Amino acid sequence: MNKMETMIGAKALMTAMEKEGVKQVFGLPGGSNLPMYDEFSRCDIRHILARHEQSASHMADGFGRVSRKPGVCFATSGPGATNILTGIATAQADSSPMIAVTGQVPVAMIGKDAFQESDIIGMANPVVKYAYQPRTAAEIPEVVRKGFYIAETGRPGPVLIDIPKDVQQNEAEMIFPDEFKIQGYNPWTDPDIVAVEKAIDMLLHAQKPVILAGGGTIISSAFAELQSIAETLVLPVVTTFKGKGAFPENHPLCLGSIGMHGRAEANKIMAEADCVLAIGTRFSDRSVGTFETFEKGLKIIHMDVDPAEIGKNQTAQLAVVGDVRVNLRIMVKLLLQKSLKKSDDSPWTKHVRETREYWKENLKIHPGEMGAAKILRKLRELLPKESVVTTEVGQHQMWASLFYDVIQPGTFFSSTGLGTMGWGFPAAIGAKVARPDVPVVDIAGDGSFAMTENSLATAVLEDIPVIVFVLNNATLGMVAQWQRTFYDRRMIGVDQKSCPDYVKLAESYGAQGLRAQSMDELDKAIKTALSSDVATVIDIPIDPEEDVLPFVAPGTSLSDMVLPS
Amino acid sequence: MWAILSLLVENKPGILFKVTHLFRARNFNIDSISVGVTENPEHSRMTITTYGDEKQITQIVKQLDKMIDTVEVKQLDEHKTLFRELSIFKIKLSNANDSMEVNKIANAYGGQVHNVKKDSIMVELTATPDQTNAFEELVKPFGIIDVARTGVAALQRSES
Repeated sequence: MNKMETMIGAKALMTAMEKEGVKQVFGLPGGSNLPMYDEFSRCDIRHILARHEQSASHMADGFGRVSRKPGVCFATSGPGATNILTGIATAQADSSPMIAVTGQVPVAMIGKDAFQESDIIGMANPVVKYAYQPRTAAEIPEVVRKGFYIAETGRPGPVLIDIPKDVQQNEAEMIFPDEFKIQGYNPWTDPDIVAVEKAIDMLLHAQKPVILAGGGTIISSAFAELQSIAETLVLPVVTTFKGKGAFPENHPLCLGSIGMHGRAEANKIMAEADCVLAIGTRFSDRSVGTFETFEKGLKIIHMDVDPAEIGKNQTAQLAVVGDVRVNLRIMVKLLLQKSLKKSDDSPWTKHVRETREYWKENLKIHPGEMGAAKILRKLRELLPKESVVTTEVGQHQMWASLFYDVIQPGTFFSSTGLGTMGWGFPAAIGAKVARPDVPVVDIAGDGSFAMTENSLATAVLEDIPVIVFVLNNATLGMVAQWQRTFYDRRMIGVDQKSCPDYVKLAESYGAQGLRAQSMDELDKAIKTALSSDVATVIDIPIDPEEDVLPFVAPGTSLSDMVLPS
Repeated sequence: MWAILSLLVENKPGILFKVTHLFRARNFNIDSISVGVTENPEHSRMTITTYGDEKQITQIVKQLDKMIDTVEVKQLDEHKTLFRELSIFKIKLSNANDSMEVNKIANAYGGQVHNVKKDSIMVELTATPDQTNAFEELVKPFGIIDVARTGVAALQRSES
């Protein structure tokens, strides 16, 4: 029997979150969430102050992706709530578990256009997994319990809890339920042994089979299962960008990410394949190019926890619905039972190996000393393999995809779906809170870093020493590349003119600012940053004209990839 | 293809908004929608008619099913389903014969006549959308002043 306790709504919120194992909240106070903030003085949950609600939500997102437990962010009503919308949408697009708690004007003021009132439930609806607005204090414990359950089960996602100020302040008899019922939500599906058997059969009978690992592989931590299957059946592995690092990128069967800026070998082999085991992917346009061309002549085995993804963008010949790790485990077992093992001397395997080797040797990279490939390979060389890397959004992100090899699975995170500039740095802060024991690096560009650089205050004051690795071409580089490519070099709105000076900016926040203009300086800067216990910004000036290549132009297919000449 | 979807949803505020929002956000079409509470006051039933190819209809069903507030989502087979909509027509009367003519047509469609005035007449019709459209075509020459249609309500017929 659950014990009843009398307390105010705000305290019930904190108590319920403590029961969920919450250790910290990223947020910003304001008029409508003061009762919640007051409770920080009476509980063990740490508050980490962000300098903008959007950053708070990205911090929670980064924490959630790395720890696989919902990260929590707080914001006040009105502009506080609208500021976290971008963070919520980002988490939803990348299936990241998050709890966003907003203050709301008192119940009686809702609908009166009160000061700092916004209909955040209405605004957030299309970008949340679920949203609650408790109208009485007594509802709070169950709402929190359900919210966490929804956020972290099935296909994870953000849950918004919008609490009117009087509901935070009112006293009620609170019951903290162990059990609850959500009628329309059943994230558990039984493993599908029959479908998995069929999948094995399809893979064995294919001439040119390949594994495409998506973000779902990382979310469900199916790393060992994936590797075992790939090695047993000698299947080449490509990933989506979100799935980057689901499989060690130094593994001989790994070809890297496919997509608009996929690796040449990955796009080539994907385009040639006749059968794909697609794991936890929604076949985004950025990954597959034109839908019609991608699925032509390709037998698709689609494994996903979300039944609505089956057949949404690509037609699957076989669907395996459920947690991908559960179903991959069955596949591993069946392969073992049948002692199925393929030899690695088939013409396809040989062709894959040659393609991989050819592009490892022959992809043309920027000839300068400070070309993106060389910079990112240097970072890889010096970073311990367990380091966590986040990225911002833009050219640097795609260079990271191309040239930074993820060796330990599940250590690379990026805003891949929504493509939110400014995500990487606050997300790195959240990641570092989840994994204080490993170095955390945000691979950034100057354009993206500018959007949330004030999180340096959080990193310094809250003692969360992350490294921001800025490939600084003093432009909004990806936009500039498209203007060079598609708009006849009419460069509009992209020149950032090296403003601000990121070394001085870092110093003004009390962080460490380093500049690297040569490989020697870069080597030294990375080593200095890794041995420092303060947040560090490494500013690396690069050629503003360097393009990200290969490139699959929008509306074309992977086989139309443009290569560097 | 025209499809009838039957949704059992939690009877809470805001669900209709979420369902219609999903149609808009996913680029699906709502042809008609009707909502009412069921025998269990915790649930409402929404009946939505929509257009799309088979793949789209399957996607709509899956996306609606994914919604946490939907308890059950079914596509109903038109041939095994009782489906009707209520509509009210206000029709212009121009000469003495019109009233009788409209009455005749209404009778043929099982409609009921109300509010007979010198210049207008109202007809209440419970029929399938096709029948309602046919009725509308027949009374159009008289001049339709206003129409109100509820959208379809539907339940699967029992077998045997």
